[in-house]
Amino acid sequence: MAEAARRVQSGPPKRIGVRGWVYAGRYGLDRYLYILQRASGLGLILYLFLHIYETGIRLRGEAAWSATMALFRTPVFVVFEFILFAGFVFHALNGLRLIFAELGWLLGPPTRPVYPYRTSIRRHRPWVYALMVLTGLFVALAAWDIFVLLD
Amino acid sequence: MAERAHGAVETGIVTVTVRVSRFHPETDRSSGQQDYLVPAGPGMTVLDALVYIKEHLDGSLAYRSSCRMGICGSCGMFISGLPRLACQTQIRALGPVVTVEPLPNYPVVRDVVPDLEPMVTHHTAVRPFIVRGGEEQEYPTAEYLQTPVELDAYLQFAYCIKCGICLSACPTLATDPAFAGPQALAQVYRYSADSRDDGRRARLGAVDIAHGIWRCHLAGACTEACPKGVDPALAIQLLKRLIVADVLGIGRRRGPAPVAPPDMQAQRRPDIPAAPPATVPGGSGAQKNQP
Repeated sequence: MAEAARRVQSGPPKRIGVRGWVYAGRYGLDRYLYILQRASGLGLILYLFLHIYETGIRLRGEAAWSATMALFRTPVFVVFEFILFAGFVFHALNGLRLIFAELGWLLGPPTRPVYPYRTSIRRHRPWVYALMVLTGLFVALAAWDIFVLLD
Repeated sequence: MAERAHGAVETGIVTVTVRVSRFHPETDRSSGQQDYLVPAGPGMTVLDALVYIKEHLDGSLAYRSSCRMGICGSCGMFISGLPRLACQTQIRALGPVVTVEPLPNYPVVRDVVPDLEPMVTHHTAVRPFIVRGGEEQEYPTAEYLQTPVELDAYLQFAYCIKCGICLSACPTLATDPAFAGPQALAQVYRYSADSRDDGRRARLGAVDIAHGIWRCHLAGACTEACPKGVDPALAIQLLKRLIVADVLGIGRRRGPAPVAPPDMQAQRRPDIPAAPPATVPGGSGAQKNQP
């Protein structure tokens, strides 16, 4: 009886929805990396389909292929290529970090919760910074390679 | 919304605008907002401000609280952009305007009172208790033996007060109501890592499913938001390791902790002096040490 009464009184679920995936608000760095990992993953999937279509153009003969390749050497596509590579580097390195962390490594052992709390996310933070430095290094190398050496 | 540095001396009274989310289930279709001006002295918490509003400004405000010292977990609210316990949040650390909303990812009962049913449902579904087969569970004969190291493997996760804040912080739960959520998953690990437990297989089977543990992608928000330092994210990752090790058949697993052996009725050697008389007459120590 009380159960039924309570159910009637509850309002609609105040679910955050997809906003929870794309907006991290005042949460910490890991929540933002979670968004970036998803965005870069979706971007790479999208690129995979484009890539299959693009290599399929080779079947239409040499002229079509050369025209496509010429299109890819225009500045817009060079920038796209750079963004693609940056996304790939981030997704790969962050993914490696996540594989280790999700198997319980690099997080430290459980500790007694004595205030101020030192959480596993905090203990793990140096690895996040190391990953960002490494990603930055690879992206800088890619920028040098794509924008300075080739053009 | 700049938060003040810790240790800054605060004196006097400042006026804080508390922007409270209002919802009445019988008259409203969605939540509205109402501003209250609250005089805030040093050390005032958000819960104190809500008490002040209810006593002096608007008696119709509904909120849930009980112990007002971070033990009961009743006053979880979405305060200025983060889910926190109202009783543990200093109002003057949040700037001149403080927003108070009900916890996200829950149905709203009224105003800032969430219906914690989703959390309770998941929590009870994972068998959050020590499972031992046979007679020992129903008719225990003695305590189980556990070392301090075995205790530390799960103790942190036993501090959960079921305030439901981690479920509000979780970005997976934002879209997937079937996901078990950080609280229940952390409790799965808490009991599965307990050396006295023998119900691990059934418990892990219940979360090693499509909407189970693998929906967690380590956003770390639950751990950040947890007001008791329970660290549900760590428990979930350790639980993933436990499941992977289980499936691959690797890792060392000992059987459940043994029951303490019965009293051996040993006799005192004559060269060892008898223990002093027991402070509690008839206590078990007194009987054991009598020659």
